[in-house]
Amino acid sequence: MNEGQQTLLDFMRQESGKLASQTLTHIGLTFISLLIAIAIGLPLGILIAHKRKLSGGVLGIAGVFQTIPSIALLGFLIPVLGIGAKPAIFALLLYALLPIIRNTYTGITGVDATIKEAARGMGMSYSQILFKVELPLAMPVILAGIRTATVINVGVATLASLIAAGGLGEFIFGGISLNNTNMILAGAIPAALLAIVFDFLLSKVQNINFKKVRTGIKVMPVVLLVLACFYFIPSAYAGKLIAGFTPEFMGRRDGDLGLRDKYRLKIHTVVISDAVMYKAAYEKHLDVISGYSTDGRLRAFGLVVLQDDKNIFPPYYAAPIVSAEALKKFPQLESTLDILAGKIDDSTMTSLNYKVDYLHQSPQKVAMDFLVAKGLYKEPRNGNGGTVRIGSKIFGEQYILAEMYAMLIKGYTDYDVSTKTGLGGTQICFGALKNNQIDVYPEYTGTGLLVMLQVKPQMLDSLVLDKDKVYNYVRQEFKTKYDIQWLKPIGFNNTYALMMRRSEAKNLNIKTISDLKRYLEKK
Amino acid sequence: MIEVENLSKHFGKVRAVDGISFEVKEGENLILLGTSGCGKTTTLKMINRLIEPTKGKIIVNGKNVTEQQPEELRRSMGYVLQNTGLFPHYTVAENIAIVPQLLKWDKKRIADRTIELMDKLHLDHKYLNVFPEQLSGGQQQRVGLARALMADPPVLLMDEPFGALDPVTRFNIRKEFIELDELKRKTIIMVTHDVQEAFELGDRICLMDNGKIMQAGTPAELLFKPSGSFVRGFLKEQRLQLEFKAVKLNDIWDLLPSIKTRSSKEAIHCNCTVWETLEIITSGKENAVAATNPVNGETKTITFTQLMSTFYQYQNSEAV
Ligand SMILES: Nc1ncnc2c1ncn2[C@@H]1O[C@H](COP(=O)(O)OP(=O)(O)OP(=O)(O)O)[C@@H](O)[C@H]1O
Ligand SMILES: [Mg+2]
Repeated sequence: MNEGQQTLLDFMRQESGKLASQTLTHIGLTFISLLIAIAIGLPLGILIAHKRKLSGGVLGIAGVFQTIPSIALLGFLIPVLGIGAKPAIFALLLYALLPIIRNTYTGITGVDATIKEAARGMGMSYSQILFKVELPLAMPVILAGIRTATVINVGVATLASLIAAGGLGEFIFGGISLNNTNMILAGAIPAALLAIVFDFLLSKVQNINFKKVRTGIKVMPVVLLVLACFYFIPSAYAGKLIAGFTPEFMGRRDGDLGLRDKYRLKIHTVVISDAVMYKAAYEKHLDVISGYSTDGRLRAFGLVVLQDDKNIFPPYYAAPIVSAEALKKFPQLESTLDILAGKIDDSTMTSLNYKVDYLHQSPQKVAMDFLVAKGLYKEPRNGNGGTVRIGSKIFGEQYILAEMYAMLIKGYTDYDVSTKTGLGGTQICFGALKNNQIDVYPEYTGTGLLVMLQVKPQMLDSLVLDKDKVYNYVRQEFKTKYDIQWLKPIGFNNTYALMMRRSEAKNLNIKTISDLKRYLEKK
Repeated sequence: MIEVENLSKHFGKVRAVDGISFEVKEGENLILLGTSGCGKTTTLKMINRLIEPTKGKIIVNGKNVTEQQPEELRRSMGYVLQNTGLFPHYTVAENIAIVPQLLKWDKKRIADRTIELMDKLHLDHKYLNVFPEQLSGGQQQRVGLARALMADPPVLLMDEPFGALDPVTRFNIRKEFIELDELKRKTIIMVTHDVQEAFELGDRICLMDNGKIMQAGTPAELLFKPSGSFVRGFLKEQRLQLEFKAVKLNDIWDLLPSIKTRSSKEAIHCNCTVWETLEIITSGKENAVAATNPVNGETKTITFTQLMSTFYQYQNSEAV
């Protein structure tokens, strides 16, 4: 525990620059959106408090905004507002709107009718009643709404990092995908502290008595404005090309760190979620993105992979891994699985993935079409020589491969097959294999090397240059450590890659990552 | 001063006020009396245009109210609400100063007038910077009255100003109210459902039922010349006490035995009611009181028995 804390502090100290800028961005995002939400929500709340007929509709619509899942909302906004601050602020604004409108409405309608009537009876005008009676009396309720909105916004603002708007989500999501607890905490703790501190401060504002509220109202916008300005401090820069990398890529040695180290690549980088990255590149919000070399979206969005001429990305050749027990139990298994060896290259896998992910064909149909086209397909024999259990992780490529293996086993042997697809991520799949819950699933050499074996950086450097070295290394290690057999590679390499729009890469004559670096350094 | 002609207010099918007419003379104190829901509040609020009439005309000071800015009209009329309607976020001083603020009086004038009224209404100065919730109901009511009187409006509209108070406080404030010089000059329309209060405070009373005026007249007229069974029925309870309150020494002056005495300093005015005179007699040691009639300069000494027998004599002569 003590040691863990130490390293968290170390991490925070080491990354203090990033931490500070992320925190400022986070505060800025929260308060810009809050400010706009108040500017819209307060008048709207006042309006519907006086024209009650409108209240149902307005509160209904604001309520609907609140129920849209945040990621989905960000996704909707990208085609309209692009990526970065604009859609993030807009989304936060929508979430903040409901509590502000609703509390303004409840606050004002909750003001005692006799007091309003007294005000009218004294001869106050509509606006005098609003500013001298209704708003001051509704203020504690309105402030409660602003307080709720602030806390919601501090939370939702972590998602801004998914669309390149920055904030503490960069650490949080990076940490989650890298399984780095210190990184997660370095983002999560400050975010939680921000929520607690703002909540506390606003509760103080809310509880001060009526007299001070009157001056408080005048101070509030100024404070909000100052806080909102934080956003502009860290984000004053520009560049030739913009790169969008996933939080995971940002924190990996075989990712952004390697690009800086080995290529000395200096590019204006934003952090963005995998879910929207490809589309953002297609829509020219981003020029360079990190991705997987066989991703179907490569084809869907007209992107090309830049050659990794200095070999910083370790090879991720796919091959079936099988428990030694299963190989003994099913003697024909190895030869059957090897039928696929060397049959699928990068571009073939990309188009198969494209069919599943984008054309929404079933993995089964795609697998069958491929096997038929290659002349590998055989009708199932319906034998009863035992059941082979095939697993897969939870994405299209793995589904396709699992289907292919199932068809081959049924066609070429007397074994039956049960498929356990969608076993989540690597850990779950590998765990199932180790615990004899499945017999075989497709794995990638790079994953074996980095996730299961967790090789040291020095070792990594000596290996990554050569795909065969990596394969042999993991094969050897898996055998001795886990009694698990790597069969022959299928052929394609689903590795990390940098990619660009095909047209832009062509215009700028960029084929390799070194080309990209040269282009960026050209004045 | 105030003329109401054929005034109606319908809320959907409910005829809250149904074609009423009345007049209030300058300096007069008119009471709108009636059971709950008979349209008193609605009538009052139409006068300062908090409610717009369905039909009819209201003329204040020769001007139709609909021709005036509602805000300006309201600033020229004091308005006292049933539940005080004090602003909870304003101090007592700020509450009292609302209308002068709207009229843009300068600070000094507001401060002076506030002190003047606080004194007249027996409110301690220590309450100036206190919020209304820290005051008792009676104190709040006084502040409400001070707020209405602050800009010295010629007209005062009061909706059950003592409605929320316990009987003792109510009685005391009502007494102060009668004695308050500020109020003597004002044209007042006051709503109540308390008959005793109406008789104590009203120069004239409009007895309403179901949106209509059943009878309008002085307390004595209502008592002794009721227009019908409703009015008689309404005043049935505590009738004797009401009669004591409705009849003034003036009314029975000639029937009083003329025991002339030398004019005494403590002599009471002859427009005191029989009720008030009785109170004075029973509270003193003398069992008698001197009263003067400024019209003919007479002063008479009245004893308890004399007063009672004269009153019965009068009562018999009036009853039809
Ligand atoms: N805004 C309104 N909408 C519909 N009906 C109303 C409205 N205001 C008053 N009424 C109805 O009009 C009638 C007269 O109401 P009003 O308030 O004038 O009575 P009131 O004589 O002041 O009674 P109370 O002594 O209880 O205050 C009642 O039947 C009431 O229900
Ligand atoms: Mg009423």
